[in-house]
Amino acid sequence: MMTTRVLEGLGRFYIGLLLTFLYLPIIIMALMSLNVSPFYQLPFEWTTEWYASLWQNDQLIAATWNSLEIAVITTIICVVLGSAASLALYRYDFRGKKFLQALLFPPIAIPWLITGTAMLIFFFGVGIGRGLFAILLGHVALALPYVIVVVSARLQTFAPELEEAARSLGANQWQVTARVTLPWIMPGVIAGGLFAFAVSFDQFVVSYFLATPGQTTLPVEIYAAIRKGFTPEINAVSTIIIVVSMALMLLTARFFKFGGEK
Amino acid sequence: MAAQGTSRSGLSSALPLLAPAYLWLTAAIFLPLSAMVFFSFMTDLPLSGKPWAFTLGNYAAFFSQSLYLTLLLASLRLGLEVTLWCVIIGYPAAYVLAKVLKGRSREAIFLLVILPFWSNGLVRIFSWAMVLREGGILDTALNAVLPFKINIDLMYSYPAVIIGLVHSYVPYMVLTCYLTLQAIDDSLIEAGRSLGASRLQVLKRVIIPLSMPGLVAGAALIFVPVVGSFMEPRILGGRTGTFYGTIIEDQFVAVFNWPLGAALSFILLAVVLVILAVASPVLKRAA
Repeated sequence: MMTTRVLEGLGRFYIGLLLTFLYLPIIIMALMSLNVSPFYQLPFEWTTEWYASLWQNDQLIAATWNSLEIAVITTIICVVLGSAASLALYRYDFRGKKFLQALLFPPIAIPWLITGTAMLIFFFGVGIGRGLFAILLGHVALALPYVIVVVSARLQTFAPELEEAARSLGANQWQVTARVTLPWIMPGVIAGGLFAFAVSFDQFVVSYFLATPGQTTLPVEIYAAIRKGFTPEINAVSTIIIVVSMALMLLTARFFKFGGEK
Repeated sequence: MAAQGTSRSGLSSALPLLAPAYLWLTAAIFLPLSAMVFFSFMTDLPLSGKPWAFTLGNYAAFFSQSLYLTLLLASLRLGLEVTLWCVIIGYPAAYVLAKVLKGRSREAIFLLVILPFWSNGLVRIFSWAMVLREGGILDTALNAVLPFKINIDLMYSYPAVIIGLVHSYVPYMVLTCYLTLQAIDDSLIEAGRSLGASRLQVLKRVIIPLSMPGLVAGAALIFVPVVGSFMEPRILGGRTGTFYGTIIEDQFVAVFNWPLGAALSFILLAVVLVILAVASPVLKRAA
């Protein structure tokens, strides 16, 4: 009994260490974005100067708007197309269904470096070229499998008898979908949408290969700035991004239980 | 119809719902991947107006110049090391989460561990620069505590790349191991213990074998992207951060030898697929 206690205490301590490892650099970055010295010198002196100067940086602001626009459009397209596909995969049986489901994994599993360079070659070859439209095409394709997987997981908990009952009470296919099925899978749809937003908003690799100097997204712009040299402004904008994406993730967690149904 | 009230007529009904999503995936993922294979056998891009022909030269370049093979091996080694560290760090954490913590504290800590997992990877890598550089936090903190003067300047080194990548990917390992560990019935562990097995024996004979699918899934999820990483070595590795991924990046953004880049990408894809194929029997058993 004694050793069990000691081991459990050690375990808790270990988790604390892991959390420190995971969050320490992020917290330090956030602190440094509020420090006066542009060379990250201590002692720490409070300032919001770097955040204020972000507003003067037109390039960064333009890239932020591009990122937000692309993420919102990606989310809308992915939610509509993904939910439709999930419903079809749930409702109907047909030859090749397993194959279609298996096709969802290569986009998730293949490194983005490969997908990104392949998109660059192909979009160039067919005349789409690079730029925001190409980035949007790519982001939707990257996020779509996640949405289908998440919505399908939610559909697994849906009782088909409910659709059957609605149908026998005289509802047509559209009414069944709109009044019975959709409300049930809504948490999955919302979680899938938030996933899609996060995939797009945080996407760097694929955007990097498809961006052009004028048409770029926030992560690509940040990468360019990092390679020119570190500035507290990058810390400030990075801190904002981290806070936004973590808030988004917490929101997702409210709708979708990670770690499966217990 | 009786068993599955929902599975009615089949493909013709499913097609209108499925087509938009799968056409999009085809146009933006599957066709580009095929195009990449095609281009990798060309001397030049046909759209630039220059004459082009089919060639095996891009692949010959890979095998004739030891640089590419060396870098591929360096990337595979990097992937292996990062995966190993993720197992060492992540597995015990997953165990504590699954078997020691209970109730609300478990949920909260689990969420905290996987929270960074979806936040911006680039920014998280960048945040290590603050910590690892000379005169950074690690340097300052250690010099404040230690009686003697030491210089910690890990920035732009191989360990910096490892630290950054482990930080990025360890949540995957915690997640997949947690899922399999949580599914292990506690009574199995108790049975082993009451039959006289030591903690270590239970761990070796019961817990680790049963959680193997999670370990393998986590390893695959980490190893594959790490082998293809280029942004992390660039930011944290500086001049020492030349790997297979950065060479591919160079072909597309600096040297503009796209056919060679396509060939190098395709070789990486082949290596990745072989690894996934090897891992898949274990993964299937888990599913």
